[in-house]
Amino acid sequence: MTTKTIRPVADIDGVIGDSPLRPDGIPKLKGEFDFAQDLSADLMLWGATVRSPHPHARIVSIDIAPALAIGGVHAVLTADDVPGRAVFGLEHPDQPVLASGKVNYWGEPVVVVAAEDVRTARAAARAVVVEYEVLEPLVEIDEADRRDEVFRRMRIRRGDQDVTGDVIVEGTYEVGMQDQAPLGTEAGLAVPDGSGGVDLYATTQFVHIDQEQVVASLGLRPDQVRSHPTGIGGAFGAREDVNLHIHLCLLALHTGRPVKMVYHRSESFTGHVHRHPARLWYRHHADRDGRLVRVEATVAIDGGAYASTTSAVLANAAYFAVGPYRCDSVAVDGVGTRTNNPPCGAMRGFGAVQVCFGYEAQMDRLAAEIGIEPLELRRRNALATGDPMPTTGQIIQTPLPTIDVIDSLEAMPLMGTSPSENPSDLPGGSGLTSDAAHIVAGVGYALGIKNLGFSEGSDDYAQARVRLTSEGAVVETAAIEVGQGLVSVLAQILRTELGISRAIVRHVDTSQIDSAGSTSASRQTQISGGATLEAARNLHARVLQAHGGDRLDDEGVWKGDGLVAPMSVVLEAHWEETVTFRHPPTFASDEDGQGVVHADFAVAGHRAVVSVDAELGLVKVHRVDTAQDVGKALNPQSVRGQIEGGIMQGVGLAVMEELVVSEGVIKNPNFTDYLLPTILDAPDVEALLIEQEGSWGPYGAKGVGESPTISSTAAVAAAIRDATGREIARVPVRPQDIAL
Amino acid sequence: MIVSFTLNGERATARVMAPTSLLDILRDEMALPGSKSACEQGECGSCSVMLDDELVCSCLVMAVDAEGSDIRTVEGMSSGDFLHPVQEAMHQAGAVQCGFCTPGFVVAAVDLFEKNPKPSRDEIKEALAGNLCRCTGYGAILRAFEDLAGGQK
Repeated sequence: MTTKTIRPVADIDGVIGDSPLRPDGIPKLKGEFDFAQDLSADLMLWGATVRSPHPHARIVSIDIAPALAIGGVHAVLTADDVPGRAVFGLEHPDQPVLASGKVNYWGEPVVVVAAEDVRTARAAARAVVVEYEVLEPLVEIDEADRRDEVFRRMRIRRGDQDVTGDVIVEGTYEVGMQDQAPLGTEAGLAVPDGSGGVDLYATTQFVHIDQEQVVASLGLRPDQVRSHPTGIGGAFGAREDVNLHIHLCLLALHTGRPVKMVYHRSESFTGHVHRHPARLWYRHHADRDGRLVRVEATVAIDGGAYASTTSAVLANAAYFAVGPYRCDSVAVDGVGTRTNNPPCGAMRGFGAVQVCFGYEAQMDRLAAEIGIEPLELRRRNALATGDPMPTTGQIIQTPLPTIDVIDSLEAMPLMGTSPSENPSDLPGGSGLTSDAAHIVAGVGYALGIKNLGFSEGSDDYAQARVRLTSEGAVVETAAIEVGQGLVSVLAQILRTELGISRAIVRHVDTSQIDSAGSTSASRQTQISGGATLEAARNLHARVLQAHGGDRLDDEGVWKGDGLVAPMSVVLEAHWEETVTFRHPPTFASDEDGQGVVHADFAVAGHRAVVSVDAELGLVKVHRVDTAQDVGKALNPQSVRGQIEGGIMQGVGLAVMEELVVSEGVIKNPNFTDYLLPTILDAPDVEALLIEQEGSWGPYGAKGVGESPTISSTAAVAAAIRDATGREIARVPVRPQDIAL
Repeated sequence: MIVSFTLNGERATARVMAPTSLLDILRDEMALPGSKSACEQGECGSCSVMLDDELVCSCLVMAVDAEGSDIRTVEGMSSGDFLHPVQEAMHQAGAVQCGFCTPGFVVAAVDLFEKNPKPSRDEIKEALAGNLCRCTGYGAILRAFEDLAGGQK
């Protein structure tokens, strides 16, 4: 393990390891922060979208005349009006900008309109007459598999395929469709530049991939489209794919006017991709001491109508299907199906969440079968640095403190298991629905593992430009701040490296800097952070060298105790350093799924404490304690924010959050029926950060955003199992899964 | 029709042309986009405002019903560079991430602390149960207001 030394900087607040106040905190608290929803421009029009009311149908005809006849309507556009590539897609362009000939999912965009105000735009959208010939939708995952309607299949074979264990446990598991449900819905503004190009300001996690897709579908030169970072009201994966981006630019260029669009909530539920629902089958073989001998699994996820990131999500689900455990004989088969269900793609945890629910249920079964404690079984199998990944065989090079996670969870005081007198602590809440006589308590554990950064040979990079100016140290980046706190951490890196107290993070558009990649895969702190660190270090060295000094701070360059160049003199030169940072290369796996597929890994564990009214099937999650591998906590307050927020989404998937899809139609696309956890549902969280430096991230930091969501769901399910003795083979756990 | 009210301490009028929510009038006519639209059905609290000292979801109030009312929005909670103690407590505790729910929490918490300066943990939770946050898991929000109730800030 290598250790990196952090440059010592005296007397500056907000260096690495501190938790400085967020620079965007005050405008957000005062209601002055510009979200995409809040943007406007002179002569701005409003856009609206006509969506398919059927999950599968042939478009017989589209009559736009009634919409065009409405006063104040400026454009009504169909697939015929798309001048460039007719389809878009994050990995495999297959999704029509506007449906042509057929619609393949409920809510698919067919026509877009622009009008003087939002009311007129929505009236025009309603006035468009689309005649459909309804077709039978393909909605069953097994049927799609049989028909070979698939985006990708995965096959992993490692080790001797003929071994069997003394103890064998088998199970099938199911995960429902979760939604990211960011509080801000999709929104954006496109402004024509007057010479055939366009500036786009829209909700996103990745401006450069939006820009590429707009360029392709509008048939423009890359320099004619600029995608600008703007205020994002949460993301969690929902903002990786294009939704309104191309539509807005199309309407703006067609009308020659700025066009704004804001999805309403129910439209948002159809306007972005969801977490893949999954079906899992597992057979675990172990020796009599509980050591894994062989793991067999099948993983089926439904990608819905279009590709989005299904290929990569399936790969993740397959590569992490065994969990953070040693095993030398593995067989995993995976399929990502194409159906007429809503398209699924990225959500926090990206495939690792679904399989974790399955393999952790199996580990508990195994522990029960052998007669040892759940954590002891995990300790006997804990994956560590230097081990091969059980699936790919990749030797783990960076610290992987699985054993420390287990020891920490075991050592943390167990609280919340004694009956509470407080009505709001009862399952069902203060309505006193529950009968105290029926309430049982349970404790459950789960561990999870996931890759950090992009995998399978992706050229994963971020560019950052650091300047020294009269304003202070500035970093320019196209990395998107979605709420996670990148604005703090990049400034902390600048202060640490340059010794300058005033540090500014400037979000620039796609024409001003190369890509920072997506704010996803837990990657920006490591990768944009890595670029910022390297650029700042290079700049620091150059400034010191130019003035023959050994230290830089707000006053200037020092040599020993003497100021050799005051800042005013230093700033007579132009100081700028641009760095493109890449993590260690990864590669596509071979035909057996073997190879160096991932750049880095993180492990975490959760312990959930619940009480359950077994009669009514109601659950109260009291606590979720966690130990998480973070490498190095660059901003402990932000890390805690990621942990608590991620756990809440994991608890949501465990007990309440599910998009109910029937025959391809979402039945609950609103906040009344899609239940999000409130503050009354929030468990108490004790978090222990495990810092083992040695990752390639800045100062040894690992990404921390996804780990909290991966095993928290499985831990809650395990606790419900412990309380009730029920199998709990599906999440979200519904009352009937407990009480019937 | 013309609707008159007091908005953040000042007399104001709005032209209401169609059945419109108070939220839409605040955002589109009064140039106060701090109140957010996130669910349009009173579930998330992002549009919370005080209407005659009562906490309401402005998406559920018809603009015409605000006639003669005293309306306070998130924009009226701070005074120049001085944050309201509720805002300061959230800032210090790291209770702001994406910030989309933040204005609603600010208004709901101002309402709570005006009526009950020393709320218990359960009273804080009860008062904020109508506000959804998708980022923080509520931990930092709860710590902020427990600190404020405890006089630590």
